Amino acid sequence: MKITLNNRLESLEQKQVTISELLAMKKYTFKMLVIKVNGTLVKKDSYDTFEINDGDNVTVLHLVSGG
Amino acid sequence: MIFEEIKSKLKKCTVGIAGAGGLGSNCAVALARVGIGKLVISDFDIVNESNLNRQYFFRDQLGQKKVHALKENIAGINPEVKIITNDTKLNENNIVEIYKDCDVIVEAFDLAEMKKMLIETFLSELPEKKIVLGLGMAGYGKNNLIKFRQSENLYICGDEESEIADDNPPLAPRVGIVANMQANTVLEILLSNK
Repeated sequence: MKITLNNRLESLEQKQVTISELLAMKKYTFKMLVIKVNGTLVKKDSYDTFEINDGDNVTVLHLVSGG
Repeated sequence: MIFEEIKSKLKKCTVGIAGAGGLGSNCAVALARVGIGKLVISDFDIVNESNLNRQYFFRDQLGQKKVHALKENIAGINPEVKIITNDTKLNENNIVEIYKDCDVIVEAFDLAEMKKMLIETFLSELPEKKIVLGLGMAGYGKNNLIKFRQSENLYICGDEESEIADDNPPLAPRVGIVANMQANTVLEILLSNK
């Protein structure tokens, strides 16, 4: 399937992945993230169950301290 | 657009500044200089000596509430800007009420947990609100890493990776770059849709 991840087009072999699987696949190891799928917030307690499908637009923000 | 036209458009606008530290104080001053109508500024903290390496305060303001010191400094630059201050700590229960009438909100917190709180609260309760984030600006140099991207109503300024640490402190130049990128983004949003 093809998804958009942080404004970049990505091709994945899987037909469907959970957010947790996507994070592992893309080696996102940061502890504090905000994730949106098609503009909607997905909270951390749903990362293991929320499925990402072909055509989805995924935004991953890595929150770092400083300001 | 000539400057008078820009000013007259901005005069009708309200911008929320969530946090009056390195990002918030510098961003607010930039917006005040170009003639924004109203700023809603929140911060519960007082001015500390350690803040003077990057924040828009002066030595004789040490110990003052940041929101009051910043209001005074902005009044000294552009007295026409209306400033609403809030010196209580923002949380998921009060932040929407305080900022819901702003045209744009500038996220200017220092702590990652607070940034997350603001983003998640607005995405859940008021997703149409435009929010300009400052993410990643500790240290010095690395001009090329500082970037901008937009994801629906989130506008992200910063390198998205430089986290503050004892050996990677936030410093005036890089914090100022991101604070001014945030102010620049606010102008782009406000001047494109009014």
